[in-house]
Amino acid sequence: MITLTLKEQPEVPIEAEALSPDVVAELGNDELRALPIFFGKRQLRLDDFFEVEGEASEELEIHGDASRVKWLGRGMTRGQLRIVGNAGMHLGAFMKGGAIDVSGNASDWVGAEMSGGLIRIGGNVGGQIGAAYRGSLTGMTAGTIVVEGSAGLEVGMRMKRGTIVVKGMAKDFTGLEMKGGTIILGGAELRTGAWMNRGTIISLTPIPLLPTFAYNCSYNPTFLRIYSRELETLGVSLPFEESEGSYELYSGDAAVSRKGELLVWKPAG
Amino acid sequence: MLRITGGKVYDPANDVNGEVRDVCISDGRIVAEVAGADVRTIDAAGMVVFPGGVDVHTHVAGGALNFARAMTPENHRAAAKFTHSPELRAGVGGTTPSTFATGYLYAGLGYTTVNEAAVPVLSARHTHEELRDTPLVDKTCCVLMANNELILDLLEEGETERAKHLLAWHLWAAKGYGVKAVNPGGVTAWKWGKDAKILSEPVPGYSKVTPAKIISSMAAMVDELKLPHPMHLHCNNLGAPGNIDTTIETMKVLDGHRAHMAHLQFHSYGGDDWDTLRSESVRLAEFFNGQPNLTADAGAILFGDSVTITADGPWQHLLYQLTGRKWGNLDVENETGCGVVPYTYKGTNMVNAVQWAVGLELLLLIDDPWRIYLTTDHPNGACFWRYPEIIHLLMNADFRRECIDKLPEKALKRIHLPGIDREYTLSEIAIIISAGPARALGMPQKGHLGVGADADVALYNDDPDRERMFGHPRYLLKGGEVVVEEGDIRKMVDGRECIVRPSFDKNIEEYLRPLFEQYYTMSFDNYPVEMDRLEGADIRECG
Repeated sequence: MITLTLKEQPEVPIEAEALSPDVVAELGNDELRALPIFFGKRQLRLDDFFEVEGEASEELEIHGDASRVKWLGRGMTRGQLRIVGNAGMHLGAFMKGGAIDVSGNASDWVGAEMSGGLIRIGGNVGGQIGAAYRGSLTGMTAGTIVVEGSAGLEVGMRMKRGTIVVKGMAKDFTGLEMKGGTIILGGAELRTGAWMNRGTIISLTPIPLLPTFAYNCSYNPTFLRIYSRELETLGVSLPFEESEGSYELYSGDAAVSRKGELLVWKPAG
Repeated sequence: MLRITGGKVYDPANDVNGEVRDVCISDGRIVAEVAGADVRTIDAAGMVVFPGGVDVHTHVAGGALNFARAMTPENHRAAAKFTHSPELRAGVGGTTPSTFATGYLYAGLGYTTVNEAAVPVLSARHTHEELRDTPLVDKTCCVLMANNELILDLLEEGETERAKHLLAWHLWAAKGYGVKAVNPGGVTAWKWGKDAKILSEPVPGYSKVTPAKIISSMAAMVDELKLPHPMHLHCNNLGAPGNIDTTIETMKVLDGHRAHMAHLQFHSYGGDDWDTLRSESVRLAEFFNGQPNLTADAGAILFGDSVTITADGPWQHLLYQLTGRKWGNLDVENETGCGVVPYTYKGTNMVNAVQWAVGLELLLLIDDPWRIYLTTDHPNGACFWRYPEIIHLLMNADFRRECIDKLPEKALKRIHLPGIDREYTLSEIAIIISAGPARALGMPQKGHLGVGADADVALYNDDPDRERMFGHPRYLLKGGEVVVEEGDIRKMVDGRECIVRPSFDKNIEEYLRPLFEQYYTMSFDNYPVEMDRLEGADIRECG
């Protein structure tokens, strides 16, 4: 295992896309220390910012408040990245495989345009998780993001496949222009599913609905029985038993296609 | 002074077809012989020697292109990056390359001259400033005229002679080289939310002006003004199923006047709707072959990402509705309009597959390579830096068949490409990428290696992989300077702009000024581009 410990909070955010299991897997300790880190427009060395222990491993652990360290695990395809503390913007962006685990909070653009792998966040996240970067047609196309806390704006914006779970509240525009995939929410603020074309948003508490979502029926979708079993392995429990309640199905967004589905859990009684 | 020795020379304008001979250069021009101790010799053994490439139709600078650049950050992110070095400026490649990168990328193909094919007078100043920052290539501009309402008003009143002077005035005001007609009448109609799809029907807002009248009178004006480049024409009904009839009708309306038919691929479709779309390249090529007054460029498409940019506003709105992607629309006062829609051509899509085939079919079926040139209507059909892929497809029928096998079954019944065995020779490639377009642009100093020509020379390895060969010139000479050496850009030179000065009645300004001040938002005196905005322009007197 390779362990990095942040020496002190950098004055401005640093860009550390070299901190990915793919990059460090084959490197000796000296090479690790010399990895490039961008501090503004200046290129510095990894050991200018971190204590570096260990070498040549696909397991990378970062200690400290890395909320000003951007692009951790960018495009990683394998291995483990553990952050004991917080993570900065663009964590796991373009990720293709492997796993990222953050014990604290993460910032905006977690797993943006990812196409595989698993990201777990113990705390809260910022906006645009699993989203498409500005201008892009598609956000995440596969993989899973699980957030124990709350999330910011535009969760899963333009996502096409994959799963995002936010156990707490998500802010406005969750699933904006969504094209597919599934988002599971503990609750959400305004305009959930705006312009969604396809895909599924499941909320476990009542949420304010756009007028362009139409009520269809209350039911217990069969697929949830199977889906929840899969999610249980990630520590997410999704109710599906008829004795416990049912889901209200709304379809929308009628401003675009009406093919998206919004399921809102309603406990029995 | 320089001597290129030992290479196989392809100079079709001078009937040189692969002979090993020397090419001598002095003072930026091709000369018969050089002698003395200070002659540098380039050993071109194993290489072929071409005149520098000439792109007759491309969009590389100006307001519309810049709008497209701003609209597509996602493309810049994925694009090739140019980091700055002592020789190079920083920039991005991709679908809409930045100015300096455009020059580097063209040089990286062995191209030395480009024609920016759509410039409104109102944004001509901006265009010239961008072109000034586009190094390594010489540049010309075609000025958009066929929807200029002041000119159309004169056609309505039957004042053709005055309209001609006004057209010439605008051409000089824009410091342009040629006259461009885009969807004649259609862009004006777009300002009424309509289009001009039938050549004989009056354009909205007019009673006598029809697209046919605009086309025929404007082509006649260009001929009377003796402009070196014929009217550069983007026909009505671009991209629409069944538009072949409009295209052939347009060629008839031209009635023997010269014209350059731009991106013909987009104008050769049969069928009634998207489901029945089919290639009509055979019919088009047969008709075109019998019209010696016409030249054309292919406007081929390749599968992948592109950005469509055109003055054809109504078509762009339709494309936006079809794709649901981003749409930009610009109104250019009384002159023209512009639409921008990013687009992805997919090999699995039947319509796109037919388009792909039509571009190649036209290049293969039009029998005189001197009249059909390689373009992709960059960035509309594909980026110009993908030209080598098309050259490979033209030169290798087996490779073409491999690609056809990947097309959707549905498309195969609608195209003619599988039955075409023709393969281009190197000499024919030299015609369609250099000698032909230079002749169509009326540039006697370009596109050949005869004595007196500009010393724009590309040296390629004679590589059986034609895509690799044309994608990586070993050497490129621009105006006699070696700018690409062993595949790297080694020296930076500025390209020049070529403009025309047509003759016109100076009193036309007295007619124009009051109208201009009534209808335009800018002051008349700020409208024409000043000569000193162009650095070292070559002025060609006409008339």
